[in-house]
Amino acid sequence: MQETAVKPGKKLKAPKEPKKPVSRKEMTKWQYTKAEMKRTRVGYLMILPFMIMFLVFTVLPVILSILLSFTSFNMFQFPKWIFFDNYIRMFLDDDLFITAFKNTMIFAVTTGPASYLLSFLLAWFINELPPKARAFVTFIFYAPSISGSAYTIFTIIFRGDIYGLANGWLMKLGLINDPILWFQNETYIVPLMIFISVWTSLGMTFLAFIAGLQGIDRSQYEAGAVDGIKNRWQEAWYITLPNMKSMLMFGAVLAITGAFGFGAIVTALCGTPSTNYCAWTLNHHLAEYMGTRFEFGYASAIALIMFILSFGANQLVNKILAKVGQ
Amino acid sequence: MATKVKKLRVKKHRVVLNRSAGGDTAITVFMVILGILMFLPMYITVITAFKPTAELSIVPPKFYVVRPTLKNFIDLFTNMNQTWVPVTRYIFNTVYISVASTFGALVLGSMTAYALSRIRMPGYKVINSMIKYSLMIGSTITGTYNFIIYCKIGLLNTYAISILPVWAGTLGLYLMKNFIDDNISDEMIEAARIDGAHEFTIYWKIAMPLVKPAWLTLIVTTFQAVWAAGASGYVWSENLKTFNSAIAAITGTSASAGGAMAAGALIMMSVPIVVFVVNQSKIVETMASSGMKD
Repeated sequence: MQETAVKPGKKLKAPKEPKKPVSRKEMTKWQYTKAEMKRTRVGYLMILPFMIMFLVFTVLPVILSILLSFTSFNMFQFPKWIFFDNYIRMFLDDDLFITAFKNTMIFAVTTGPASYLLSFLLAWFINELPPKARAFVTFIFYAPSISGSAYTIFTIIFRGDIYGLANGWLMKLGLINDPILWFQNETYIVPLMIFISVWTSLGMTFLAFIAGLQGIDRSQYEAGAVDGIKNRWQEAWYITLPNMKSMLMFGAVLAITGAFGFGAIVTALCGTPSTNYCAWTLNHHLAEYMGTRFEFGYASAIALIMFILSFGANQLVNKILAKVGQ
Repeated sequence: MATKVKKLRVKKHRVVLNRSAGGDTAITVFMVILGILMFLPMYITVITAFKPTAELSIVPPKFYVVRPTLKNFIDLFTNMNQTWVPVTRYIFNTVYISVASTFGALVLGSMTAYALSRIRMPGYKVINSMIKYSLMIGSTITGTYNFIIYCKIGLLNTYAISILPVWAGTLGLYLMKNFIDDNISDEMIEAARIDGAHEFTIYWKIAMPLVKPAWLTLIVTTFQAVWAAGASGYVWSENLKTFNSAIAAITGTSASAGGAMAAGALIMMSVPIVVFVVNQSKIVETMASSGMKD
């Protein structure tokens, strides 16, 4: 970009990477950064309003929860520094936390991969449909995730008495004799919750995959066919997946965040606590200590564990995705 | 099979990809079953909403409506009007909160996205990765301390509590930034700068008209999130509550309200669905640059 050299002395508005001003050589790194900051100060003005909001509502809570997780804090007295006591208590002295941890892991490793794989498979299958049909099928699969609290319909489908859809038909078909209290019965709660959560989860991930697939150049597939790719599975592994790696990563981030954030559906359908705490997740545990017991220190230790879990899962998936197409 | 070398099938000058009939059939069957499974609950919501009381108590419930009625909807609104806050107030609140939070998120988000993508002041990489990592933090984690923060800055029980945190949303911003990265070249911006245009002018007059699909996507995703959020636990004045929290309150309490509940759910889900259907193609276009590099 030679334009940048036109007015060297005055305000240079070139981006950082392209050819740097001649005077760059005479500056130390700090001087250069300062000059750059001065040149681009309008940029700081542009991000300022957002950054204030972002710092107050996202960064500050994260920092607070890291710090306060080492304290005992009830909002009325000044926080008391207790080092790792919260974490020790969590793993050694709180059976309900262990239950919550176990359930969260169960939900995360089932709903996360299930919704991720389903998003990809569906996006992949519908990719070859003609545009009109594709838009329609996209709508059918995407609709549950944007419908907000549409999952409340499951209280009608799985109603505990004979007027419920599931009970009514199962009894009619003679598969069961008495109505089942679906959302109170320990045997059914977990699988049902997993199913409903996957039902609502084909959201942004799904759309990102659809867009990613549409962005792949068809000539690559044709070249692949000439080069001896035998079937659609090989084609997916060697051409499709490597071409949309960045989408796969984006989708994974959303799927993981969703999987570990699981809990609202249980509260809405089974109430809190669910029978014998069988669907008690870290989200519920956190809400309990936050909202009911006001043990903020302990609650933030739980929040931090959740963050570490989801961050770790992201790193793991990142490693796995690096192997795609090899 | 006269020749031993496998010939590529060619149709209209295009290579036909390797597809087996068996695979096609299996996939179609799988898709149809899954499609029905996904769509069934939505369908049941619709028919239940229009079922009269007599049909709601048939055992087992039918999968169709014989005499569709609007009674469930009327019940819902009658119930709602029995609280001392009129329905119109709830609707006003919903519209006000949705518009204010979406508008703010749009202006703040697009301005930030433009600055991070095309001005690139020192430190932009740090901010970019902060935004990326913020996508990995669920709302439960930040929610813990938001309560204390709301307390300190006096947001409890106000409209602002439903609006301001939305302005700090990062998903729409992330999508917008990637879209600008992919669709607006440095050369174009540079040319405008040399002509002496101010950064705000470039942002508004040159960059923004080119990223309209990302605008729509940001509007739609933000609106959907706000709409689905329902009642905030930190708002307790009835006259500040939204339409959806009012519906949730009514359908949650009345035990026999199967029909009214379905009617409420139908109203609640039809709005975001209509918004999505209208903007579907633009949203998919935006998602084409959603990928997470490195």
